[in-house]
Amino acid sequence: MSLEAAFADEPAFVPYLAAGDPSYEASIEYVEALARGGADAIELGLPFSEPIAEGTTIQEAIVRALDAGMTPDRYLEFVREVDVDVPLVCMTYYNLIYQYGESDGPRSFVEAAAEAGIEGFVVPDLPAEEAGPLRAACDEFGLDLVFIVAPTTEGDRLETMKEQVSGYVYVQARLGTTGARDEVSDYTERSLARIADWDVPKAVGFGIKTGDHAERIVRAGADGIIVGSALVDIVAEGYENGDSTEVVADRLEAKARELKEGALAGAPVEQ
Amino acid sequence: MASDGTYAGYGGRHVPEPLEEPLAQLAAGFEEAIESEQFWEEFEHLLEHYGGRPTPVFYAETLSERYDADIYFKHEDLLHGGAHKLNNTLGQGLLAKQAGKERLIAETGAGQHGTATAMVGALLDLDTTVYMGRKDIQRQEMNVFRMRLLGAEVRSVTRGNEGLAEAVDAALEDLVENVDDTHYLVGSAVGPDPFPRMVREFQSVIGKEAREQIQELHGDLPDACVACVGGGSNSIGLFDAFRDDEDVALYGAEPGGKGLSSGKHSAPLSENEDSEGEIYQGAKTKVIDDDTENHSVSAGLDYPGVGPEHAALQETGRAEYRAITDEEALAAFRELSESEGIIPAFEPSHAIALAIQLAEEDEHDTILVNLCGRGDKDMRSAAEQFDLTPTSE
Ligand SMILES: Cc1ncc(COP(=O)(O)O)c(C=O)c1O
Repeated sequence: MSLEAAFADEPAFVPYLAAGDPSYEASIEYVEALARGGADAIELGLPFSEPIAEGTTIQEAIVRALDAGMTPDRYLEFVREVDVDVPLVCMTYYNLIYQYGESDGPRSFVEAAAEAGIEGFVVPDLPAEEAGPLRAACDEFGLDLVFIVAPTTEGDRLETMKEQVSGYVYVQARLGTTGARDEVSDYTERSLARIADWDVPKAVGFGIKTGDHAERIVRAGADGIIVGSALVDIVAEGYENGDSTEVVADRLEAKARELKEGALAGAPVEQ
Repeated sequence: MASDGTYAGYGGRHVPEPLEEPLAQLAAGFEEAIESEQFWEEFEHLLEHYGGRPTPVFYAETLSERYDADIYFKHEDLLHGGAHKLNNTLGQGLLAKQAGKERLIAETGAGQHGTATAMVGALLDLDTTVYMGRKDIQRQEMNVFRMRLLGAEVRSVTRGNEGLAEAVDAALEDLVENVDDTHYLVGSAVGPDPFPRMVREFQSVIGKEAREQIQELHGDLPDACVACVGGGSNSIGLFDAFRDDEDVALYGAEPGGKGLSSGKHSAPLSENEDSEGEIYQGAKTKVIDDDTENHSVSAGLDYPGVGPEHAALQETGRAEYRAITDEEALAAFRELSESEGIIPAFEPSHAIALAIQLAEEDEHDTILVNLCGRGDKDMRSAAEQFDLTPTSE
């Protein structure tokens, strides 16, 4: 299934987890639990030792995954092994994509990721102006390239992104590093207004914690919601308390269901 | 440098989307300021009357005789605050003020940059927060006291190695949250564009002055310029004025820690001369290997990366970088204290050690060293290293 199709019928729920957090085996179970809970696509983080300006929640997840032995090759194995029938999007930093394999530039990694079953990329530290080589590699192997639009994104860069984006656009609803928030930001509507004429689905992320948030964001016009920290928190808590993989997977599935149902509740009623 | 802030392929701006536009605006503000006479008047006035510029160049007679070379020091330790850092904090502080920012944040290792930021925060009435690794708070305690006295909040960073690199991470996160009213006053020629070129511009006063001063004193340009390289601000500040002087060799002293082969150092250029570099803290540059433990006796130098322009200067062969061990730096620290009556900071002690090495190799007759900071902050470590505490019998 293509990425865009994940948004076709109803508001999409797109969760994020760091692959391999807190262990390879548990993480496979967790990702599968999210799919059971109603995920329409999954952003699967490929941990990088130097994430820039990530919130502490995600940073700690990355550290746990790296400590447990996650590497780009293990990640590709993970993608092949995990049993879900929704598209997987690789979220990682440009350095990893760029340094992988023999090719000069991103081509080797994009090829390997496509072979393993990845459908698209989100790369937070890739400047839109420098996205050409990655866009070309994604085109060559039939992958989507998602861009993040922040409240501070303006002018030429907004245009550059619009020209290159595919799959969906990741709308960061408020300033700030990733961290679950108690309130839904009023940036949502304004952010969506600025990209109203983009012809890709608009997924809003950063700060969504509950089904209620999800509902309000979809009501404000989002085609989908992206949720990271609130889910990573569940993994972290389970890890710290020594809870079994099963118990944590059940909690994730329940949270996923709550978020998906919230998103559905915010959808315009069909006449 | 290319207009996009790259140097022979190094550098650039690799930051999360929320920072792209604010950094583009900062770059525009900077470009405007350096074209403005009013900005330079204000900046130069403060450098002179507040900072104490120009700092002198000093001929080190004893060392020169001992090593049979003419050794000169750019006395940057005499700048207000005790290190070269104020040149940069004044420049960026003025920019921040002009842009209407209300708050400064900074990372610091040795505490010199944090102190220089806190001074400018007090001077220009900007709220100041300094991120400092817990390890560095312990070994550079005196600077923590200074920052607090100057009215800054010092936030302890406890993640990872609890050092300079982690302090940069914490400051970047703060910036993402608060970019509307906050200027991140980066302390070295590192990070995403425009920081490396901004820091170079404001530090280049070191080399401009020194180039004239040494010609006056010595009658000629030096054969070699030497500076220590943490992130690379005092070194780029010295090198910049000599870049087109083909007969002047440029040397950077990297912190070699316990030796390059020990796996405990912070010398990315010496370790990875032939690698193609990676993206680190917002720019493409050289970084120490994953399995190298980031370490230096000097808190201001133990940074795993280096400013992108230095990676380019190494690649093009314009500058040479060598690793100086903790032990060599400490010996130079002691030697300068005893021979010239100047106690240097641990950071420039690396440059002094390299200058001595070069003099012994007998390739250069005249060597100009950037003495970029004074050693007061290192007294506690020095007392331990050299057993200076009197024992009661
Ligand atoms: C006295 C002194 N010299 C040098 C440095 C290293 O920085 P840079 O390489 O940017 O000059 C520091 C950093 O704190 C310092 O305090």
